[in-house]
Amino acid sequence: MASRNDVATSPGAGAADQANARIEISGLTKRFLTPAGEVFTALQGVSFTVEPGQFCAVVGPTGCGKSTTLGLVSGLDRPSEGSVKVGGREVDGITDGVSFMFQTDALLPWKTVLGNVLMGPVFRGVPKQQAQASARDWLRRVGLTGFEDRYPHQLSGGMRKRVAMAAALINEPKILIMDEPFGALDVQTKAIMSTELLSLWEQIRPTVLFITHDLDEAVALADRVVVMTSSPGSVKEVFDIDLPRPRGSVQEIRFQPRFIELQHQIWDTLREEVERAYALTAGGKE
Amino acid sequence: MSTTSTVSAVPAADGGKGPVVSDAQRAARRRVARVWAGRIGLAAFVIGGWQAFTSWGIVDPFFFGQPSGIWQRLIDLFQHGTQFGSFYQNIWTTIQEALAGFAVGSLTGIVFGVALGQSRYLSDVLGPYIKMVNAIPRIVLGSIFIVAFGIGVTPKILLAAVLVFFIVFFNAYQGVREVDRNVLANVKVLGASRMQTTRHVILPSALTWIIASLHSAFGFAIVGALVGEVLGAQSGLGLVIKTAQNNFDPNGVFATMLVIAVIVLGAEWLIGKLEHRLLSWRPPAPSEANAL
Repeated sequence: MASRNDVATSPGAGAADQANARIEISGLTKRFLTPAGEVFTALQGVSFTVEPGQFCAVVGPTGCGKSTTLGLVSGLDRPSEGSVKVGGREVDGITDGVSFMFQTDALLPWKTVLGNVLMGPVFRGVPKQQAQASARDWLRRVGLTGFEDRYPHQLSGGMRKRVAMAAALINEPKILIMDEPFGALDVQTKAIMSTELLSLWEQIRPTVLFITHDLDEAVALADRVVVMTSSPGSVKEVFDIDLPRPRGSVQEIRFQPRFIELQHQIWDTLREEVERAYALTAGGKE
Repeated sequence: MSTTSTVSAVPAADGGKGPVVSDAQRAARRRVARVWAGRIGLAAFVIGGWQAFTSWGIVDPFFFGQPSGIWQRLIDLFQHGTQFGSFYQNIWTTIQEALAGFAVGSLTGIVFGVALGQSRYLSDVLGPYIKMVNAIPRIVLGSIFIVAFGIGVTPKILLAAVLVFFIVFFNAYQGVREVDRNVLANVKVLGASRMQTTRHVILPSALTWIIASLHSAFGFAIVGALVGEVLGAQSGLGLVIKTAQNNFDPNGVFATMLVIAVIVLGAEWLIGKLEHRLLSWRPPAPSEANAL
């Protein structure tokens, strides 16, 4: 019960600094030095804004620098030019209150499910007992009660994703960064996980930056879809998705006329980029 | 859901003594029996052949020993000891030296491996020197240690530690380098400090490599202790071997070799237990089930 109260109070505290969760990206450029000694421009003048509590999806062809953008927002990497501001503050070092979810699960195989979810609070110095209580609470929320003592290899892909979700959300992040989190799942599991993600997101409302290849997924989940160009990546167009919330099941929403309309609109923009990227990679291989 | 169903299916297969299950069990038992028959047959063939050739006079037992003589000598060693104290005492000296060298070598190996694996600067600076030292035939260092530290236990411990260090070091280093980058990024974003990253991610990840190296490392610890004793000592199995060699007593050498083999096998078994405990989180590999 004590843990329930803790969890219940923290979103209230989070609401006070809701404005801290705005992500402003302006003129972002990132260059890398290739092993051959050439300069490779991954991102070129990327600018867009994600409002606090907004679910923003980024779609774009392979290799357009989507993951690079996420690395810059989380503070794992530094921009060559331009700036990323979170809550009005320039990002330098690991951004506070950020959680990450990757395509491959970043769970520690030598820790139990409970141990994995515990990591966030433990790294922040939360007392062990309190941390355990909230870890159990989060495992219950993602429907994994009774699996606390299992090791990740004993779980199915969908269950591992749920553990990763609990581990990412337990710190009540103000920003949740997701790099194709459900990319490796089969279609059915993906739909179930997307629906669960939406309902968890609606409970604590962090700002979400979500990368995906899957346009349907982007439209079904997001408030705003950013379409990026092929390499070097820049913003091609930003679409606002006005489908009403709560959206409920992700499978159902695909049949709404407005969904289909938006999906067509965005695909028209995205298609030429995908084709260009494909021609580049296919041509480059010859 | 799928996990639950597979878990419940396993006890059912064990409990239900269907005809299929008992057939499979019988086949497995037959296989085990055949393996053991082969093992015992091979040992009987080699040892029996050795015994036969030496007693027929085809091979001279004076130079090559004889299984029955080795056995006699072994009993003799245990009952009457050697010129320099009881056999047990000599065994204990060697075990002590090997254990101390093993502990020192593996600890420093892990510390250096983890430190260099994490710091690009350190590994760039120290890397060439470590490779250089590794290229030296390290057994020769034994002579220097004996000159410097006398014929007590210290030079043997040092020699064993040097041999162990490099094996453990390279494995720990590689283990740290192999840590999944996503996992590292994830704990960093979750707010882990450098120490916490090392403790929760890097060490456990490198442990698979380190433990694998410990298996061969203990063998090298024994080699270090023995070579040190052969070079100069007042007690220990290396000295027993050297004395037997000087007395043209191949049976004594073989008998001591047998004892050393038993020690190493015992240590191997203990390290296996340790491995099992520390790495219990690993999924059972299909190869492990059929491992020797």
